[in-house]
Amino acid sequence: MKEDFVKFVENTVIVKKDFPKFKAGDTVTVHYKIIEGSKERIQQYQGVVIQLSGAGVNQTFTVRKISGNIGVERILPLSSPFIEKIEVNKRGVVRRAKIFYIRELRGKKARIKEKRV
Amino acid sequence: MSGLIGKKIGMTSIYDASGKNLPCTVIEAGPCVVTQVRTIEKDGYEAIQLSFDEKKEKHTTAALKGHFAKANTTPKKMVAEFTRFEADHRKNYGDILKTDVFIEGEYIDVVGISKGKGFQGVVRRHNFQGVGEKTHGQHNRLRAPGSVGASSYPSRVFKGLRMAGRMGTDRIKIINLQVLKIIPEKNIIIVKGSVPGHKGSYLILERWK
Repeated sequence: MKEDFVKFVENTVIVKKDFPKFKAGDTVTVHYKIIEGSKERIQQYQGVVIQLSGAGVNQTFTVRKISGNIGVERILPLSSPFIEKIEVNKRGVVRRAKIFYIRELRGKKARIKEKRV
Repeated sequence: MSGLIGKKIGMTSIYDASGKNLPCTVIEAGPCVVTQVRTIEKDGYEAIQLSFDEKKEKHTTAALKGHFAKANTTPKKMVAEFTRFEADHRKNYGDILKTDVFIEGEYIDVVGISKGKGFQGVVRRHNFQGVGEKTHGQHNRLRAPGSVGASSYPSRVFKGLRMAGRMGTDRIKIINLQVLKIIPEKNIIIVKGSVPGHKGSYLILERWK
């Protein structure tokens, strides 16, 4: 078979960064670069990963947090050049790869059991 | 004008310098061989003929074998003429053109044959609105073409009236596509946006100054 040029382009043109592995249920802090005019600053966004979607360079992840009683979700591409760093704060125990049920839960019910290491 | 013949490989997305995620098409372009040079003295116009993509000798007719032998090259699948090729790029028989014909960041035109859509009605083929509404006593006229003309005069349907029929497989030129990246060692050109045709279809890339 001929070489897959699309894969080749994705692997050579897009720089893949080394982030720690995480999955749904984990609590992460994303250090996100924000450019305002000529100034650059880093914003930290902490929340629970509710899904990993896609594969390879197109992989994205969704981080959910409750900000002042309103649920906020951000979908971020893993290969985005704006992500400086990803910290894994907590490893959660969940039975699913995508934990959308957490959207319906509030308060104490929305807790995720922490994995004992 | 300068140009190349290429092949659509597929689409993906890459990030530009400012971090924007851009949709792009990967094109395998060249190496193309000059197989004929048209001159004003002989042919009445100026052009060069480029050939691209290897073809097996057993699938080549004797006439074409001779044509390619004249340029000292192996048989090729795709042949196209480029008119008024830039003077400083004037080529001779057998010269090989590679991706360095283009430079990163410039805008080029891409010609291809669009995907076949089969037999389509007027709503899809000509963007008609259909007739009337779905309810209020009406039925089965939602995607109909409506009237095709008057009655006793002219007693016929005018030629060229837009109707249902075969759609797609047209020669389409997309102008002003930005060249995002060139990878010369793999003969790859990445352009921003989409290009006509299915994967593996031939494309003509050209630049008009």
